[in-house]
Amino acid sequence: MYIAQDYSMGQAAKMGPAYFPTILGGILVAIGGIAILRSFFVQGEPIGGFAIKPTIIIIAAVVLFGVLMRGAGLVPSLILMMLLSAWSSVYFRWVTAIPLALGLTLFSWLVFVKFLGLPIPPFGTWFGN
Amino acid sequence: MEIFTNLGIGLETALSLNNLLYCFIGVLLGTAVGVLPGLGPVATIAMLLPATFTLPPTSALIMLAGIYYGAQYGGSTTAILVNLPGESSSVVTAIDGYKMAQQGRAGKALATAAIGSFFAGTVATVLLALFAPPLAEVALKFGPAEYFSLMVLGLVASVVLASGSLLNAIGMVILGLLLGLVGTDVNSGVPRYTFDLPQLADGLNFVVVAMGMFGLGEIIRNLEDERTRTVMAKKVEGLMLTAKEFKSVLGPILRGTALGSVLGILPGGGAMLSSFSAYSLEKKMSPNSAQFGHGAIEGVAAPESANNAGAQTSFIPMLTLGIPSNPVMALMIGAMIIQGIQPGPAVMTEQPGLFWGLIVSMWIGNLFLIVLNLPMIGLWVRMIMVPYHLLFPCILVFCAIGVFSLNNSEFDVYIMALFGLFGYICAKIGAEAAPMLLGFIIGPMMEEYLRRALLLSRSDPMVFLQRPISASMLILSALAIIVVSMPALSKKREEAFKEE
Repeated sequence: MYIAQDYSMGQAAKMGPAYFPTILGGILVAIGGIAILRSFFVQGEPIGGFAIKPTIIIIAAVVLFGVLMRGAGLVPSLILMMLLSAWSSVYFRWVTAIPLALGLTLFSWLVFVKFLGLPIPPFGTWFGN
Repeated sequence: MEIFTNLGIGLETALSLNNLLYCFIGVLLGTAVGVLPGLGPVATIAMLLPATFTLPPTSALIMLAGIYYGAQYGGSTTAILVNLPGESSSVVTAIDGYKMAQQGRAGKALATAAIGSFFAGTVATVLLALFAPPLAEVALKFGPAEYFSLMVLGLVASVVLASGSLLNAIGMVILGLLLGLVGTDVNSGVPRYTFDLPQLADGLNFVVVAMGMFGLGEIIRNLEDERTRTVMAKKVEGLMLTAKEFKSVLGPILRGTALGSVLGILPGGGAMLSSFSAYSLEKKMSPNSAQFGHGAIEGVAAPESANNAGAQTSFIPMLTLGIPSNPVMALMIGAMIIQGIQPGPAVMTEQPGLFWGLIVSMWIGNLFLIVLNLPMIGLWVRMIMVPYHLLFPCILVFCAIGVFSLNNSEFDVYIMALFGLFGYICAKIGAEAAPMLLGFIIGPMMEEYLRRALLLSRSDPMVFLQRPISASMLILSALAIIVVSMPALSKKREEAFKEE
């Protein structure tokens, strides 16, 4: 089964600036339409199963990093993100994941904060900074 | 000869101690990251891009170019030793290269790849120096109508040359164009597609999109099927080629270079198409074509020279016209814009140091590659052996910090996560991310030129057809679309991509 994609996007905005997007939006809707129509007639290649677990975990780990960054700072959010994401692998072991997380966090702190001087707090406001 | 004065300027810039150092760092980093399985040049450049923000423009571009061919070369090393091509252009290298490694000839395969790449890089650099200036001169005469048509042609070409469904590719380009328009409209100041989010007022950042699609999306895809990889030849020995072997790779290298140089200029083609066609050409021409697929040294030499030549010549449209021919060039243009340089024909006249310095540094970078890689191969082998379940959290960290530090905003991190998810879904349904990224970069430029052209012609759309250059480019695009959508040919096209 071929999953048709319908990319119909909003075509809002004012008269002038809408010109280009409207044309593009129109074409995209047309393509989406053709794709849907075609999916009824053409037998496409089957789509392999989605790897749900890693997908959710990886996305969640990245979002978690974003959420924690302001409040907790670089060090805690990095460690958490790495542990969480490492868990999505079938080869996950605490024994390797924890030292890796700690080591890479230290490395990132040295390179990004100390060496490159990026304005990222290693510990955030929740720790009294 | 003007070219020598120009190259002199270039040498002066490229040989300054700082730029030499950045070129070296770029090549080294590029190789190191490119060697890691599952990381192609696009992801590598996107990941390392933030590291160049603080540098002066020339050094930043030199370093990025170094990362590019470093990553390309690193990808071949992985393809040969692990049969796990990090990027599409080394897929063909893996066929014969891995076989050679299994037969204990890994050293020779690596040496061939290095020599082929170096030779191709040298030739392509000369071509770049020869052809860029006249092309830029022509481009300076281009009006908005010509630019618009040129962009249409470029996008059409990238669709035609993309593998997989044509419809999907067109859809991805258009989607990319639309995504490029997110943010405040330049002319009227009206926010478009921002969902009233103030963070989107400046538009989506292309680094964020690229990292999501190519970085995160790839990680998830690799996690889907975690095979254990066996590394061939823990110790790589016997780098030297015999005189006979050298003779047999000479032809493939020359032909690969020629083919790659031409195809690299084409939009959408670049390295991947070059290596595929060079391999099939060699297979047809070689006296021992039966050996192909079973460890033929020619099968490594041809695609490797072709993809390096293509990688190099794809800089020509980028530097002279300001139009990216592949996602890597799209990233380069993004980097130039961040550095405050408007890509286009004016770069050469206004910033001769940057332009020629970059060209000369490419050759120096290629020299570094060959000097660096053959002796350091042991180190690369050790890097390849890092298991993926330890590797991907590290990639994640670099993506996350890189994106966060762009604007110090967690919002970008969420957007990256979103595009990561989207990238994974696209990969699943067979929609390629590359055309989308091209559209994304070109979108705002295209709209701008369209508007300017229509403004000058007082809203008469015929302007695109009345100007000869513009008209011929549009006709060419239309032809390309018609040709590939004809059933007979579209089958052929599918075969061409399926081969091997």
